[in-house]
Amino acid sequence: MRNVWTVATNTFREAVRDRVLYNLVFFALLMMGAAILVGQISIGIEESVIASLGLTAISVIGIFIAVFIGVGLVSKEMEKRTLYALLAKPVERWEFLLGKYAGLVMTLTVNTAAMAAGLYIALWTVKHPLERSDWYLLVAVYLILLKLALIVALAMLFSCFTTPFLAILFTVGIYIAGVFAEDLRTMQAVDLTPATMKSLRGISYLLPNFENFNVMAAVAHGRGVPASLVWQDTGYAIVYAAIVLAAAAMVFSRRNLK
Amino acid sequence: MPIPAIEIENLSKEYPFGFLNLKKKRSLESLSMQVHTGEVFGFLGPNGAGKSTTIKLLMRLIFPTSGTARILGKSIEDVSMHQEIGYLPEQPYFYDYLTAAELLDYFARFHGLKAADRQERVQRMLKKVGLQTAKKIQLRKYSKGMLQRAGLAQAILHDPQVVVLDEPMSGLDPLGRREVRDIILELKKDGRTVLFSTHILSDAEMLCDRVGVIVGGKLRGVGTPGEMVGIQTQGMEILFEVDANGKNFPLLAKATKTGERYRVQLPEAELYGALDELKAVGARILSVAQLKPTLEDFFMNLVDADRAQANAVEVSGQ
Repeated sequence: MRNVWTVATNTFREAVRDRVLYNLVFFALLMMGAAILVGQISIGIEESVIASLGLTAISVIGIFIAVFIGVGLVSKEMEKRTLYALLAKPVERWEFLLGKYAGLVMTLTVNTAAMAAGLYIALWTVKHPLERSDWYLLVAVYLILLKLALIVALAMLFSCFTTPFLAILFTVGIYIAGVFAEDLRTMQAVDLTPATMKSLRGISYLLPNFENFNVMAAVAHGRGVPASLVWQDTGYAIVYAAIVLAAAAMVFSRRNLK
Repeated sequence: MPIPAIEIENLSKEYPFGFLNLKKKRSLESLSMQVHTGEVFGFLGPNGAGKSTTIKLLMRLIFPTSGTARILGKSIEDVSMHQEIGYLPEQPYFYDYLTAAELLDYFARFHGLKAADRQERVQRMLKKVGLQTAKKIQLRKYSKGMLQRAGLAQAILHDPQVVVLDEPMSGLDPLGRREVRDIILELKKDGRTVLFSTHILSDAEMLCDRVGVIVGGKLRGVGTPGEMVGIQTQGMEILFEVDANGKNFPLLAKATKTGERYRVQLPEAELYGALDELKAVGARILSVAQLKPTLEDFFMNLVDADRAQANAVEVSGQ
């Protein structure tokens, strides 16, 4: 695991030096603006407006980073040929892949944690002291992070066998389909044959169910999240990401570099 | 019998291309050769000959269509083999957000070196390749030659037994080329095996114990530079000065004039007759030298023959 850790820490260093974390400035400005504005226009619901806005921003910014940097993790290394010298060291290709993945997840963790801290500061400015229910937001942030880790794995898989542009399209496509996986499962369409319905249901189980990770509306209104859901989502994300990464490693292990 | 440092058996590589990748282009054809332990082996060939393909196959950056290769007795599929190998890619490009010292430290970690050892080696290597003063500058600000030096440093950082260098002189100024030559000779002195590809034939003649010439994906010959070019002389060359006003003698018609001097090439058997002729017209003989084929002549003959064959195939449509 030493090699994985070495690649991961270098990937994190790359993200920091390539100014990926600058998005935090945008987030901070957004939260400051929201705190000032919301206090003036919404009476009594400042807290839930700020919480919804903050969690949505954390999710959207995270998805952007996960998709665009996730696709570039491997493709950029192949394009620029920085990979050549590294793969001539005693490093397995799967170790490289896992290290890049872990490095971006580390980056996203730091980024998401910093944004969560910003969200709490914004909340505190409109209402203090904070209440117990405010800490439910942390659960939502944790589930967003799990979702992002899953998106990075998908982005990485696609970038192992196709062009960066197509990999972005595929990742975004799977993400959107995954958000509606639950609807696909429960859909009642009168004009579809039973066989088609069965196929759609099968596909819905194969797609990553991203809606499972969405508890933003509940926590923004002060409602708690059952612990069982958190455990289920954690297990689901780990198993799904592991399968996707294993597939990526299989493809990448026989890939001819340019 | 000692194990060869590098052993290649019937290595072939085809690349798919065209619509649905249905067509295949063969860039390496049944390559078999050995590099002996402790020798400097030069891999020569024009662009697209298959030199880099061979090296990339050895470094498992690409995978062979058929054939095998071993380095220090281990299959190239065995990752542990890379503990004893140093590799400089062609036109190397590294993480440009790192400094040279950080890059070397990063690569050293994959060899399991301890922090103190890493630091000592990094400093030593930076000094060796002349990057000591630039060690704190990010690689994005490096020139092509400086990147080449950083690449060389990472290739020999862990003291490998076998060093594979893909066009190590590329992008270097005369001083840099000389430094690379010195490093290669130093590696040889330390008993390391060096395989390097190059276009620069004078470097190969100067450094290599043996060379292999590859043209059109096929190995055309392996041997010492002397063996490759043959030992027979190709004739004699006389350099002379003469006041040619009004004089007309047969040798003058054959000679090429450069400035005030004349140069004539002729078979060895005609040398004494020509010298008598020059003496008779009062010419001043500046030098008489044997004409020996160079590695470049050998190389160019092979390339010309290959092109001629390709043209013949094209004309006949086969």
